Amino acid sequence: MTDATQVTRRSARAEALSRALYRFRQSRLSVVGATMVAFVLFFTLFGGILAPYPEHVAGGVDTAHRFAAPSLAHPFGTNELGQDVLSLVMAGTPVSVAAGFAVVFVGTVLGVIVGALAGFNGGWIDDVLMRFSDLMLTIPSLILAMAVAAALGPGFVNMIIAIALAWWPGYARLVRGEVLQAREEVYVAAARAIGASPARVLFRHILPNIVSPVIVKMSLDMGFAILTVAALGFIGIGVRPPTPEWGTLLSIARGYMPDFWWTAVFPGMAMFLAVFGFNLLGDGLRDVLDPRARR
Amino acid sequence: MTALLEIRDLHLSMHSYEGAARVLDGVSLRVNKGEIWGLVGETGCGKSVTGLSVSRLLRTPPAEYTRGEILLDGTDVLTLDERQMRSLRGRRVGMIFQDPTTNLNPAFRIGTQLIDVALAAARHDPAILGLGRGAGRRARVAAARKLAIAMLTEVGIPAAESRLDDYPHQFSGGMRQRVLIAMALIGRPDLLIADEPTTALDVSVQAQILALLKQMVAAHDMGVVLITHNLGVVAQTCTHVAVMYAGTIVEQGPIRDVLGDPAHPYTQALMRAIPTRDVARGALQGLAGSVPNLIHPPRGCRFAPRCALARPSCAQPPAVHERAPGHRVACPVVEEAQHA
Amino acid sequence: MLRFILRRILLVLPVLFGLTVIMFVIARVLPGDPVALAAGPNATQSEIAALAQEFGLDQPLWVQYWTYLTGLVQGDFGTSIFTRRPVAQDLATYLPATLELVFAALFLAIVIGIPAGLMAAVWRNRWPDYLSNILSVAAISMPRFFLGLLLQLCFAMWLMWLPLGGRFPIIFDPPQGVTGFYTIDALLQADWEGFVTACRYLALPAIAMSLSPLATILRMMRASTIEVMHQDYVTTARALGLSPRMIVFKYVLRNAISSSLTVIGLYFGWLLGGTVLVETVFDWPGVGLYATQAIVAQDFMPVVSVALVIGALFVTANIVIDVLYGVINPKVRYQ
Repeated sequence: MTDATQVTRRSARAEALSRALYRFRQSRLSVVGATMVAFVLFFTLFGGILAPYPEHVAGGVDTAHRFAAPSLAHPFGTNELGQDVLSLVMAGTPVSVAAGFAVVFVGTVLGVIVGALAGFNGGWIDDVLMRFSDLMLTIPSLILAMAVAAALGPGFVNMIIAIALAWWPGYARLVRGEVLQAREEVYVAAARAIGASPARVLFRHILPNIVSPVIVKMSLDMGFAILTVAALGFIGIGVRPPTPEWGTLLSIARGYMPDFWWTAVFPGMAMFLAVFGFNLLGDGLRDVLDPRARR
Repeated sequence: MTALLEIRDLHLSMHSYEGAARVLDGVSLRVNKGEIWGLVGETGCGKSVTGLSVSRLLRTPPAEYTRGEILLDGTDVLTLDERQMRSLRGRRVGMIFQDPTTNLNPAFRIGTQLIDVALAAARHDPAILGLGRGAGRRARVAAARKLAIAMLTEVGIPAAESRLDDYPHQFSGGMRQRVLIAMALIGRPDLLIADEPTTALDVSVQAQILALLKQMVAAHDMGVVLITHNLGVVAQTCTHVAVMYAGTIVEQGPIRDVLGDPAHPYTQALMRAIPTRDVARGALQGLAGSVPNLIHPPRGCRFAPRCALARPSCAQPPAVHERAPGHRVACPVVEEAQHA
Repeated sequence: MLRFILRRILLVLPVLFGLTVIMFVIARVLPGDPVALAAGPNATQSEIAALAQEFGLDQPLWVQYWTYLTGLVQGDFGTSIFTRRPVAQDLATYLPATLELVFAALFLAIVIGIPAGLMAAVWRNRWPDYLSNILSVAAISMPRFFLGLLLQLCFAMWLMWLPLGGRFPIIFDPPQGVTGFYTIDALLQADWEGFVTACRYLALPAIAMSLSPLATILRMMRASTIEVMHQDYVTTARALGLSPRMIVFKYVLRNAISSSLTVIGLYFGWLLGGTVLVETVFDWPGVGLYATQAIVAQDFMPVVSVALVIGALFVTANIVIDVLYGVINPKVRYQ
């Protein structure tokens, strides 16, 4: 009997998975997105190593070849210091992607803690936490992140803290809603009835069941996190040169347009393509994992 | 004489992720003016799909008509294009659906909705508004408005003129269904298809709506197909009945014949499932089993797996016998048993 | 209706109060020494102390907050420690520019996004739909500042059709008027030349700002249109012979727009906070540029005030949206 139920459960799960994969493959755009993300992750891991001019990534300059137009030797041209733009763009991938990941991760952890506490406990805890989240949502997030980043001073970690501070309320609201809904489910009532402790109910029965919407939001947010990181770099708050970062590259290159357009266009395109890939992938994942949103 | 509506051997498949479901498997039905046909059966037996097919409201794909024809006054609607179909909808065939709450657009005054339907019907038959072909837009709207008021009054909505400017949510459920009946009849159709028109209503309101339907048929000389899962509604309202099971009509005929002398085992089972005042305690019976999978339907008689009288010969498609004039039964077993 | 609006406005006050508290705490608890920064690199300790005293920054935090709050009630947003100008005066100068930009961007996004979303839904799963889907994901993925730079490169530098940045030529007096929007003020005075000039300056930043909300509105509109087209009342309308054109453009449109409205409200706030980047790229003299300069200088009063004003506008926009929602959707109105 037990064996039989386990078998059917496993096959039900396998069935669901194969259906999900089928749906994912059905939408060509999400496959394109997944491929683009794979490229981005590849450059995140190996961009620094594969860069044709590693010495430029480290901060070396080559003033003899300033502002060389794109050519075979420098497919993306060179910048005002004679550095190879392709190398800088490749080496900038890990900064943006890692920062994006970190922001989404920290934001998610904070948001899940707040949202789960609020949704699971209800009552005044819920009221206080949610009013606070709503309040944070009314503050323009970019200005908040900029203010915090400026106050903390430049640096990778400070930038992540700053953006994540503005990022968690969205997750808190999402998780709270999901927890509230899951709390009413039959399996939760059943777990309670057999005397499971609240912590066990929350961690074993509720949280695992709200993973999909959180993952969907995370994948959709990845692109925006990368954008925000680049935006801070562009404003001049965030990672400082010589660490190559797309937003910073763009902000420096701005002064050399239109004659030396390649210094701006290529870092910008890299940024756009990375975000595009994550957004396409996120869309596909939402269609697969969050059936309610599908049409 | 050509019938108002004649469905001949209609076959319909629905394509989905799992495969093609054979939703209708040889449905034949003939409706004349003045007749009220009850189309009864369980959820999923294909009665709504039959109704929607007459107005060609199913999207193709996923739906696919594989065989048969639907003759409306002798014209096969399955051969018409969308534009020709549109000239029939509302004008020749009116429809009413189950839930009066969701079938009226919540964002528009009911007057607007009625007038638009009247104007659409008048494009194909200006006589509906009592105007000539050349009438201007203003005149047509005014005439449509007058017609809407008349129609609302006719379906029993008091102070119709003032209620024209109300929104659907300002009406009660029964009143909304009256509005929908007015909307379905404002184009003066010959055929009305009513898909579970009373299911979503309170019991006390149900009877009023059914009475109204009967009254409308008498007044406008229409034919009606009343789709329902409730044999009580059929007994109360209809002149004829067709019992559907899993995409086939198992028994049809005049109401007196079919309900007074049910021949098909499925009809008999349905009758036993109706609670009546003089049924003895414990005599009320459910029906064991469930509706078959239509992607891989049983061969032969689709009811056989649940039938107490099933025998090996039921694996052949059942022959139809005319038990009395117009009373047709798709079960040779019953006939043989009674003749033996 | 009026009571509904009044109640919503009353509920806003605690939100705004909370906003000031949070911004105040964030700005003060975090490290950084704005006073030293403002006093300049060569300032002595006593000069710094004097500056702190002048602006009351030597007081305990709650005293500073109380001073700020009592000032706010009287319309005093504090004073910039850097420029020594009253923040309220600066806001009055810069806010109209930002609002003009945001409204222009939102106008573009709505005027293009709503019909495009409707069409995408009507041609669902055919090539216009796929195209609009790819384009809208691309638009959402496009960094606004990069888009701004590309627009500048193409239309201002290479083609030289439109000005590179700014809000009006420096050598001319901009249109004056009640709204503070150059375009509207020029129109009100029938100053065609001024209107065209203002539009030319507005065009590129507004396009750069509008792309992302346009894409979101399009997608929202597509989704809600598809949902509405599955409603029973659409089947009824079809069953009774209404033409597809009338069903889509009259009956579906109104129902679909009401759910897109919420998104538009959210985007208004997002745009207000997001002008920072585009204003930086185009040297648009709005609160975003103002806040950026203040943030870099750690000049605190302007930052708190900008956040407060944007928060207030955001909340107001949502009230307006709720009211509009009631107008479009009569069922809500009577509840």
